Amino acid sequence: MSTAPPTIGATTPLPLPSPFTHSPLTLLTQGAEALVFRTTLLNAATPVALKYRPPKPYRHPLLDKRLTRARLLAEARVLVKCAREGVQVPEVVAVGVEEGWVALGWVEGGTVRGVLDGYTPSHPPSHPPGEQKDGQREEVLMGLMGRVGRAVGRMHEVGVCHGDLTTSNLMVRRKEGEKAQEHFETGGGHHTAGLEGLDGEIVLIDFGLATQSIQDEDRAVDLYVLERAFAATHPVAEPLFREVLRAYGESYKGAKVVLRRLEDVRMRGRKRSMLG
Amino acid sequence: MIALGLEGSANKLGVGIISHPSPSKPPLILANLRHTYNSPPGEGFLPKDTAKHHRAWVVRLVKQAIRQAGVKVEDISCICYTKGPGMGAPLQSVAIAARTLALLWGKELIGVNHCIGHIEMGRAITHAPNPIVLYVSGGNTQVIAYSHRRYRIFGEALDLAVGNCLDRFARTLMIPNNPAPGYNIEQLAKKGKHLIDLPYAVKGMDASFSGILAAADILAAQISEDLDDAKRLKAEDGELVTKADLCFSLQETVFAMLVEITERAMAHVGSREVLIVGGVGCNERLQEMMALMAKDRGGSVFATDERFCIDNGIMIAHAGLLAYETGIKMPLENSTCTQRYRTDEVFVAWRDQDTASS
Repeated sequence: MSTAPPTIGATTPLPLPSPFTHSPLTLLTQGAEALVFRTTLLNAATPVALKYRPPKPYRHPLLDKRLTRARLLAEARVLVKCAREGVQVPEVVAVGVEEGWVALGWVEGGTVRGVLDGYTPSHPPSHPPGEQKDGQREEVLMGLMGRVGRAVGRMHEVGVCHGDLTTSNLMVRRKEGEKAQEHFETGGGHHTAGLEGLDGEIVLIDFGLATQSIQDEDRAVDLYVLERAFAATHPVAEPLFREVLRAYGESYKGAKVVLRRLEDVRMRGRKRSMLG
Repeated sequence: MIALGLEGSANKLGVGIISHPSPSKPPLILANLRHTYNSPPGEGFLPKDTAKHHRAWVVRLVKQAIRQAGVKVEDISCICYTKGPGMGAPLQSVAIAARTLALLWGKELIGVNHCIGHIEMGRAITHAPNPIVLYVSGGNTQVIAYSHRRYRIFGEALDLAVGNCLDRFARTLMIPNNPAPGYNIEQLAKKGKHLIDLPYAVKGMDASFSGILAAADILAAQISEDLDDAKRLKAEDGELVTKADLCFSLQETVFAMLVEITERAMAHVGSREVLIVGGVGCNERLQEMMALMAKDRGGSVFATDERFCIDNGIMIAHAGLLAYETGIKMPLENSTCTQRYRTDEVFVAWRDQDTASS
């Protein structure tokens, strides 16, 4: 692998290997840990999400290498495990362990966060069923919440805890043939106000903090984080999240125990109130 | 208005006198005295001994502070003291001193949250308007951001405070506690060359230090000079691992964790400024690492020196006076102290609701 650095919008040239040097890179998000680009791999018709963990100048180079490597491998292993067990996650296309990148299969669609943001405030779910369209919308949305619960349940069943389960890390895959394009670049912003796109399957993304765990505590904390994310994005999220939990509870053996554990986690409240 | 502040939540007894000339002017520091109780090498400070130290010194320090500030007792508006968090016995000693002064002189009492004292003093000194705050000391490790009249805790230590981890490692190595164990570790670490593998325990925006301390203690046992050279721990290049190497490795590891959780909080709230407060905040390596991270994000780091980083009376006076100016009063019967007092319990009446300004 050669490491000719391409220059993209970012200030630092990235030591990315040859498949990426000649393909267009579009920066999607920049987190604390990683940059995520949309690009193509091998041919222009294969879009991938490229997650790159740049070296941190503040860390000792040895420590930096060790951490980046360990985290990247852990993430890739969790994704591969999920995919093998039939959990809907982006597939791992290629990994550059030393350079700190992983290329993931592109997921066409928007985030659940985008759906929730687009849904409020004119049609809160507690709204008396006025127009028929409202009722229909609510039904579709409840269906979506059920799929969210089952998707999280399935992930937990196979022994993976996400570690950062927010509504931004849940995607709704757009069905083929549905009007595509236009909003992939926003990462699924505020588009899905209507009903279209709500019936796709749920894909879990961003396993950067994921662990392989079958402990009720870890699972319950996942649900608690998701609950907080719902509450933060959506003022009337409670009935929606109830549906998530209901579907979760029926999704696998052991789920009920986790729901009881969730009560404990809530009581502890993680002590803090950091949202808002 | 002028306030006298008494701080004694740990092994430092601090007495400070501050003046807020007018809302538009910066605060004036009239006196800032401190006396530290140091335990012998290999030992930590015990609550009862520390409380005894505070009781023995508080009158002398108050007298000296008033003389130095050149104020008359009539000029003082309120007596501020640390309500918590901290060690029970030292807190009580100082609270009693504060009540006594308040009754003796007929002044209002204000109990101050120690963490809020650090934050407000850091903001006043550095003029950082609305930074993410990393509060790191022997008893506390918190990543804090202001929102809606509260200092909200985004991340924190799940077990030991980072300063406690460093202090206790200094005890393992029998490094002196004078002037401070953390300072002595910092000086030793400058001579360290080899990075020895230690656990790295960050979970989201939280961090854990107890496992790292345990691992470092085990390594420390393996570098003892009593061992045969063959049995002693060696670095990858074959050289013997030294105390300095261990101090260096411990600092590099725990500070990387602190910077990482701070960066995550900055990314989360979209802030570009960091303020480091608390005793560990004096550490220049931590400041340097934080600055590198902030630069990468197009921001900057604010830090203060040992006068304000290390526990002091002036920060208690300052934060207490801010509260007093908003009309907060504390009746004598409520002037208690508590070992547990979370940063986000305090209603911050003196700042705007809006995050953007003051």
